[in-house]
Amino acid sequence: MSFRNAPVAVDHERDKTTLFTPEIRAAIDAHIAKYPPEWKQSAVMPALTIVQDANGGWLTTELMDDVAAYLDMPQVSVYEVASFYGMYDLEPQGRHKVCVCNSISCLLQGSEALIEHIEHKYGVGPGETTADGRFTFKEVECLGACRHAPVVLLDKSYHEDLTPESLDKLIDELE
Amino acid sequence: MTDKITIEIDGRDCEAAPGEMIIAVADREGISIPRFCYHKKLSIAANCRMCLVEAEQGGRPFPKPVPACATPVGNGLKVWTRSPKAIEAQKGTMEFLLINHPLDCPICDQGGECELQDVAMGYGGDVSRFSERKRVVEDEDLGPLIATDMTRCIQCTRCVRFAAEVAGVRELGATGRGEDMRIGTFVGQAVTHELSGNVIDLCPVGALTSKPFRFTARPWELSGIDGIAPHDGLGSNIRLHVRRNRIMRVHPRDNEAVNETWISDRDRFGYAGLESDDRLTAPMVKEEGVWREIGWSDALELAAKRLKGADPAETGWLLAPNATLEELYLAQRIARDLGCANIDHRLRQQDFRADAADPLVPTLGLPVAELERQKAVLLVGSDIRQEQPLLAHRLRKAALAGATVCCVNPLKLNLNHPASQLVGTPAAMLDDLAAIAKSLDARGSSALNDLIGAAEPTEAHAEAASALREAGEQEAVVLLGALAATHPDYSLIKVLAHAIAAAAGCRVGYLPAAANSVGAYLAGAHPDRLPGAKPSEAPGRSVAAMLDGSLKTLVLWGFEPDRDLVDAAGAAEALGEAEFVIACSAFRGPGLDSAADLMLPIGAFAETSGTFVNANGTWQRFQGAVPPPGEARPGWKVLRVFGNLLDLNGFEYRDGAEVQSELAALCAEVQYDANAPRGDCEAEPTSPARAGLTRIGNIPVYALDPLTRRSAPLQEVPLARGEFAVYLHPAQAAEDGFGPGTLLYAQQGKSGVRIRVILDDHVPMGCARIPGGLPGGETLGPLMGPISLERVKNP
Ligand code: SF4
Ligand code: FES
Ligand code: FES
Repeated sequence: MSFRNAPVAVDHERDKTTLFTPEIRAAIDAHIAKYPPEWKQSAVMPALTIVQDANGGWLTTELMDDVAAYLDMPQVSVYEVASFYGMYDLEPQGRHKVCVCNSISCLLQGSEALIEHIEHKYGVGPGETTADGRFTFKEVECLGACRHAPVVLLDKSYHEDLTPESLDKLIDELE
Repeated sequence: MTDKITIEIDGRDCEAAPGEMIIAVADREGISIPRFCYHKKLSIAANCRMCLVEAEQGGRPFPKPVPACATPVGNGLKVWTRSPKAIEAQKGTMEFLLINHPLDCPICDQGGECELQDVAMGYGGDVSRFSERKRVVEDEDLGPLIATDMTRCIQCTRCVRFAAEVAGVRELGATGRGEDMRIGTFVGQAVTHELSGNVIDLCPVGALTSKPFRFTARPWELSGIDGIAPHDGLGSNIRLHVRRNRIMRVHPRDNEAVNETWISDRDRFGYAGLESDDRLTAPMVKEEGVWREIGWSDALELAAKRLKGADPAETGWLLAPNATLEELYLAQRIARDLGCANIDHRLRQQDFRADAADPLVPTLGLPVAELERQKAVLLVGSDIRQEQPLLAHRLRKAALAGATVCCVNPLKLNLNHPASQLVGTPAAMLDDLAAIAKSLDARGSSALNDLIGAAEPTEAHAEAASALREAGEQEAVVLLGALAATHPDYSLIKVLAHAIAAAAGCRVGYLPAAANSVGAYLAGAHPDRLPGAKPSEAPGRSVAAMLDGSLKTLVLWGFEPDRDLVDAAGAAEALGEAEFVIACSAFRGPGLDSAADLMLPIGAFAETSGTFVNANGTWQRFQGAVPPPGEARPGWKVLRVFGNLLDLNGFEYRDGAEVQSELAALCAEVQYDANAPRGDCEAEPTSPARAGLTRIGNIPVYALDPLTRRSAPLQEVPLARGEFAVYLHPAQAAEDGFGPGTLLYAQQGKSGVRIRVILDDHVPMGCARIPGGLPGGETLGPLMGPISLERVKNP
């Protein structure tokens, strides 16, 4: 009876056609189609990403509940996923996200300097948003691009071999 | 799991089934391996790593220590649980676990019975090498039963797995990651599941503890006394923890055949009702409307005088179905010796037309543990999670193992397993059963054949029918619950159930209303049963006939007439008209105060020795754990003295066990699985015409009996759909022009009550659900019967 080898399905008794927009539903459905029908909760991660992107880069409890309802899964299971992975944010974010890798390779290659630089120049600590709302600064775990450390994930694109100066240039280009 | 194999643990040969985990074999052999996350009733998580042991298979050592809870045994396996390598691994794990543990044992409620404390004594270091800052976790409010100190959590996830796997609700989870991982609901909602208290026992540390017990005692100050839970019909085995003559808390005792290792919250926290401030502590008499304390001898003499002077035909005895076997037996002996056969315990039943056909002792009809092995179950008239929380758990196991569960109910249940639910008015319940019967070509008496003939089976009916037929005698059962028992056509429901069972070749089981309902039949607390469950030549009156206003003298034992009877308003009227009402009770209450003329204080649960007979007929005897308060005395002693006072023969019992063995001798022949009817019952349906509303008076889980209703922590649980209100389907409310919160006057018969509307789509059209057993319902009539609702003009 383990919930590890059989998904716990929950009927939230909500009309799924009232959740999200038709476009979002179609995008999630495309992911659901990749899994066996009884395992549609496997689509939780892409679903959360889609919903987060459509909500200015963060997830509310209501949105997570909607995802749970859409995938017939327990709400707390969605909270577990959303709170585990660094790419989901549960608080309002700036217009952009500047994510600096703080793991070992980047650390050796100078990510600490990047972090300090951002803290001093823009007056934001990890997890904070600049006063003008331009970006949220995040420290993240290994981005899987150690070969060109230090690495920064800017919204959805990778930037490698950065120095404080080249990072500044990137940030300057943000609206 | 075919052939047994032999493995070696610590040099000892142990028999094992292939595929079993090392820890299970070791536990059976009494070899102790430290563990936190492993629990025999939960899935394997293997996340604490405390159970690491050294092992080799076929002469090849495993390169690293292996977790005993997640390593299956195989041929030629050798395990060392205490080798230097094993101990080193265990010590290492221990050190890691203690890094973030606050080590606040002196102020922790778990201190003295903490698995972490115990294991740390064995494997922990004296001095911590960790000098960094420890993690702190904010607590969540999990409701009135469970206290949290989440900083102490070692993230074994037993509580999470319990909630998901046993309770069947994914309410708890592990959110966050790494050092930030925490256990909780994330959104901070109260845990309201009826089995939630078990996480208190499961939690190996002091992260989850009992809120009512918190900071009131240390475990080593408590003495444990075995007991039997006094609420539902399962008879869970419990241990009462007592200090200075007070019950401090209740824990489960393992009994695979009954409650496995669990108990329901009602069984765990019901004891708190013993402390309510309306305990009856001295005999009292009402003179000109004023209650006054009197001595026991005066009280008993008065009672004896009234009973001896009364016409036995105009006397009646109403006994609570959770009174002990000894009490019930002695009470009916006194009644019958005085020539009175009006004795009954079926307080929430209104239709007694099938009495002559009923089985001699209606029971579950199969061992409790077999319920989880059924392949098809037809559940008729039972909100099973509220009525029998742990039988519901067995049913859930059956359903998850693939059984077809079909429910016929006057309300939609919140189930945590797959089931098909046929929901309709009480009249429609008969139609649904008839339709299932028709799908099976069942036949019976003429009234029945009319019903069956008129039925129109749908696919759902046919499916339920064929599931029952395919599963067959040993693996299919039709269960009748408390909502069926309050049905105005209970006789017909029973006839239909038996017709279905006969046609499908399966069994019928009765879910007993209370802890000793089965015992009541054995003890003779029934107008048509003599002790030993023998049919009586001269049956007396049933509850309904005793409360029709014609009796002059009544004895009420162990219940409250305004809460525990099927028709509160009718009972109040009948009791008001009676000349003398003697109430034997552990509690006072407005209902008893107004109905009774004499009150005798008796011991409640845990204050008396006794025996309960559970759903499948297991006799479970228990001792009193604490003395009753004040002048109150154990019920059987009161009855023994009373018998002597009435000069009845054979009331010289020295102890309760003697009473029990006298009855046990009378019960030697009783069969506990013979639920077949003894004859035909030609009852016609009375269910109100399909026009008009029918009240559905279900009994919420924490309103079952006087003790539960007085347990402060249980009453604080925010039950969904449990408060006193009229619950209407949104469409029904719209039809009648009511909205949520509308103040209505609900009327049954002559009287009624002002009550607010709550919309609830679990209630079928044509029904108004007003829960029973709650304050406010005193002036309402039958739990299931016609009702009218009218908007209050000037609220
Ligand atoms: S709260 Fe207790 S049972 Fe739950 S994970 Fe933490 S230590 Fe384990
Ligand atoms: S350590 Fe930074 S990308 Fe791997
Ligand atoms: S008990 Fe084996 S890993 Fe926890």
